[in-house]
Amino acid sequence: MRPPDWPGHVAGQHVDVRLTAPDGYTAQRSYSIASPPEQPEVDLIVERLDDGEVSPYLTDELRTGDQIELRGPIGGFFIWPEHSDTPVQLIAGGSGVVPFVAMLSHHQETDSPVPVRLLYSVRTDADVIARDELRPRNGVDVVLTFTRDVPAGWDGPRGRIDRDKLVGHTVSPDQRPAIMICGSTPFVEAVTRELVALGHPVDRIKTERYGGMGDGS
Amino acid sequence: MNASDDTDASYLDGNAMGGPLAELFAPDLTAAMIICANCGNEKPLAAHPVYPDAPAMVVRCPGCTSVVMRYVSDQRGVRFEMTGVRLLTIAERSDQPA
Repeated sequence: MRPPDWPGHVAGQHVDVRLTAPDGYTAQRSYSIASPPEQPEVDLIVERLDDGEVSPYLTDELRTGDQIELRGPIGGFFIWPEHSDTPVQLIAGGSGVVPFVAMLSHHQETDSPVPVRLLYSVRTDADVIARDELRPRNGVDVVLTFTRDVPAGWDGPRGRIDRDKLVGHTVSPDQRPAIMICGSTPFVEAVTRELVALGHPVDRIKTERYGGMGDGS
Repeated sequence: MNASDDTDASYLDGNAMGGPLAELFAPDLTAAMIICANCGNEKPLAAHPVYPDAPAMVVRCPGCTSVVMRYVSDQRGVRFEMTGVRLLTIAERSDQPA
């Protein structure tokens, strides 16, 4: 998208999209920005929910050149810790990975020296979002775990994020990582609970919950 | 997570208040620290549970669950109530890690 008068954003922010029906009924949803601040166009990644009010329109009806009503960029809390002096640990469930796509692209664009790890829980291989942006590279470690169907030949983690996966695939508490978790409400609650049990201080953990019910991760 | 183990997935968090409150306030409030008027608990707005499907968006205290804010935008306009907030602090810089 090319929103007019876009002031620029920081990685992790979102926009509110509002649709208005001919009868005046409005529906509004928040979507994380997937593109890094360095890119002039603003990208959203929208997961289609069959019973959704907004996502089916955005994924099925919206055409290039159409206009939509946007509010944003929004958010000063769940944003990339630009000058972190500790490693950053990102943990995503399903489409909760979208703000982290922006963060990892920004990390690459700015040659950030901050070590970052992403643990990404996703249902099946077909559900993986932004595969290119999520490639591991120098300073960036990416681990996927598949919760429903595991791809043929996969020898990595499988099943939901639990304490063992957090011990094996995330930055340990003694390194005092800045931790960011994004996913459905139950996903965020469960992962936060396990991280605190492992000894991460709760004030090092930032979370963002989304309301897309039915996400499998 | 499956629906079967959702104990209560009907709430979001204070990140979702960022857009609505931008209708009223110039600075971002999701990173603002809020002290609950009822129990004195202090957390960023983003760490508060938000119930979006009530007639109003209802922000509750993560400590004692009492209502700290309510926000409605409808035909009558925007209404915002925050008697449950004892103190709201906007840090000079909010882009630093906690």
